[in-house]
Amino acid sequence: MSENVLQARGLSKTFGRGEGLVRAVDEVDLEVCAGETVAVMGPSGCGKSTLLHMLGGLERPSGGEIVLAGSRLDQMGERALARLRRTAIGFVFQAFHLIDELTARENVELPALLAGRSPRAARRQAVSLLERVGLADRATFLPSALSGGQRQRVGIARALSNDPLVVLADEPTGNLDSAATMEVLRLFDALHTAGQTLVMVTHDPRVAATADRLISMRDGAFVDETRMSGGTRGNLGALAGLEG
Amino acid sequence: MGRVLLICRLAAGDVRHRPVSAVLLVLAIMTAATTLTLGLALHGLSDQPNQAYQQTRALTAGPDIVADVGPGGGGPKGAGGSGPPADVAALTPLTSASGVVAHSGPYPYTGATLRANGHEAGAQVEGRDQAAAPVDQPKLTQGRWVRPGEVVLERSFAEDLGVGAGDQITLNGRSFRVAGVAVTTATDLTDPQLCSSNCDLPILELGNPGLVWMTRADAMSLATAAEPLSYTLNLKLADPADADAFASAYDNAQTSASAPGLQSWQSLAWGTGSQIRSEQFLLLIGSQLLGLLAIASVAVLVGGRMTEQTRRVGLLKAVGSTPGLVAAVLLAEHLILAVAAAALGLLIGWLVAPGLTSPGAILLGSVGTPPVTLATIAIVVGVALAVAGLATLVPAIRAARTSTVGALADSARPPRRRARVIAVTAWLPVPLLFGLRVATRRTRRVVLNVASVAVTASGIVAVLMVHAHFDAASSASGGLTDPQNARLSQVVTVISVALVMLGAVNAILLTWTTVLDARHTSALARALGATPQQVSAGLSAAQVLPALAGALLGIPGGIGLVTALNSDNKRLTLPPLWWLVATVLGTAAAVAAITIVPAWLGTRRPVGEVLQSELA
Repeated sequence: MSENVLQARGLSKTFGRGEGLVRAVDEVDLEVCAGETVAVMGPSGCGKSTLLHMLGGLERPSGGEIVLAGSRLDQMGERALARLRRTAIGFVFQAFHLIDELTARENVELPALLAGRSPRAARRQAVSLLERVGLADRATFLPSALSGGQRQRVGIARALSNDPLVVLADEPTGNLDSAATMEVLRLFDALHTAGQTLVMVTHDPRVAATADRLISMRDGAFVDETRMSGGTRGNLGALAGLEG
Repeated sequence: MGRVLLICRLAAGDVRHRPVSAVLLVLAIMTAATTLTLGLALHGLSDQPNQAYQQTRALTAGPDIVADVGPGGGGPKGAGGSGPPADVAALTPLTSASGVVAHSGPYPYTGATLRANGHEAGAQVEGRDQAAAPVDQPKLTQGRWVRPGEVVLERSFAEDLGVGAGDQITLNGRSFRVAGVAVTTATDLTDPQLCSSNCDLPILELGNPGLVWMTRADAMSLATAAEPLSYTLNLKLADPADADAFASAYDNAQTSASAPGLQSWQSLAWGTGSQIRSEQFLLLIGSQLLGLLAIASVAVLVGGRMTEQTRRVGLLKAVGSTPGLVAAVLLAEHLILAVAAAALGLLIGWLVAPGLTSPGAILLGSVGTPPVTLATIAIVVGVALAVAGLATLVPAIRAARTSTVGALADSARPPRRRARVIAVTAWLPVPLLFGLRVATRRTRRVVLNVASVAVTASGIVAVLMVHAHFDAASSASGGLTDPQNARLSQVVTVISVALVMLGAVNAILLTWTTVLDARHTSALARALGATPQQVSAGLSAAQVLPALAGALLGIPGGIGLVTALNSDNKRLTLPPLWWLVATVLGTAAAVAAITIVPAWLGTRRPVGEVLQSELA
């Protein structure tokens, strides 16, 4: 068994107080091993995205602890969290969140520049990542000139920019059609094969079916956990129900 | 009626929901309205004879005509000259001229060097009788009238020197006791021509002539070959209103160059009113600069409110509002605030104006409260409405044209891509990379920022030039401060404080608008590893860099402004270079200090919340 890259114990997030108190995430425990793909599935509003944001240090938990590569995220200051996000975490968003006025390559090289790498090194890395996601010929395109699937592949390339320990994907196919969803799943499959740790939240069972482990979430709590037998090693399209 | 009510209710509701920006909007327009009110109120005063002059004239039995003759002939008192001795007999026919009912003099006067309290200044000493004169008997405000070996000083001159009754002074090296301090209306104490032969001694640009009264014998004993005696005669006419005509008729009838020169009380009063006219001129210029800044403030505020209100506009349209209604609500909201700001500006201007119209030490009495006429009210309210209307029109039309779906999605206007900036900034530290990229996304905002700071800096540089000029004059006069310069210096300081305040408001508004507009980019940068400090510094840098450009432009702007206003082509005094450098650096530092707080506040919202809201 590989060692845990990411751990959460008793993780909670509440909003409001008194009668208006909402438990978005309620006493959740999670362990993610290196190279593992974990899918958290549940209906809209069950707390999936809040959980992912806490795991990535984008939101402070109300209780519990998060350990990433041996460091307690929940005890870190904002500056330390930012440094950790540069080096250890890559985010993939449902809405892509690409910067409109930057080309695909400029979007991908941005995390490397923020991490203090030289512009030349950042550019080489960005070109290489765009080749890896099959968009080398779209490097100079603005996001507005790319399809949904292509934008999400740029988003994935950007998430990989600083060789993160774990990629956190929030509804990565939520805004995509079937063909684009397939493109993204193939890419995740390739990442999994390369040993990339991946945690994704989704409400799409077809996407969840491609993970090593599937956790069901409802009303802020984990209600079920299933270790998938086929995982992404099977016929991806058939597994996801996107091919005949 | 129902539609108007709906517009008013929606506008009032929005003001209640955003009180801070409403207050800032009122503050910006109010500052410009106050300055404009002051300028217009003073304009009303300078159009009519000065009340204080009339009051002082009555108390001093002020002359209707002042006639002078000197070695070179006639001219305004103190013009001096060289040539044959003054022909005092030339004044005699005037005492029996038609319309003259009383006179005093002729009195001898000459120039002398006065030393007191470590100051040295040119003075004009006038010989007087110890008995009270029927015309032009200076009104004592301190001490008693002249006696042998004792002098009476004109009040503004005495205040300048810091001497009073009982003090000792020297004139041409001879010691005199100051018996008293008095005021007069027989001399234009703001006339720059008034200068004794000691003109190389400092009398400043406008030249407080340094009026000193003493006995005839003492005055005559101070005359020298280089500074011979001149004579002055004060006349009272049967009808004071005829004074101008009397002086003109006399001047036209004279052919001799040595004939006396005449000045009517009207021309003396006009000269004395120059103080208020100068203040009014400065205030009008100041109000124009403040008006420009107010337009920038309102434009930024409205732009910022639009960024916040995109979804509200979508909701209004979704529930059936027409584009016209959306535009009308925005216009109504800002026009109502503009009217409130104009009312406050009128009130403050009316309350402050008496402080600026005080006659100072030259005269007795007061000018009274300047009138705020219907015309003033109409102009101030009109300008406030125009400022708000101009700044709101484009955003209002843009809001009306925004698609309902786009507005509901709160989608920002597409930013501008600057490929060269993106390439160059890749080599810069993260705050500058982020700041420059954020700044150049909105070209018009950068231009507004540069223009706003340039106007403020131009005003500051102009003020520095005025101060440098006054300092040079004061330094040249052995440290004496001309009271009129001191008053004008106060006015330009008030204007510069108002400019700096409005400039600061603009900087805060621009930063906040940038923070709102860049909230998504800022959150994304933090998600990708930028620290909150780097993002805050970047947002601040997005304001500081244009501010630096604006401050640099302010130097030629300020010099150009003063040059354009220098209608009488006086030699301009440039402030020391380090003042200008300090202005540029100080402006940039001030903008950095002002913007860091709103920039920091903009990074306090959790990243996840901001990014999630983009999906809502």
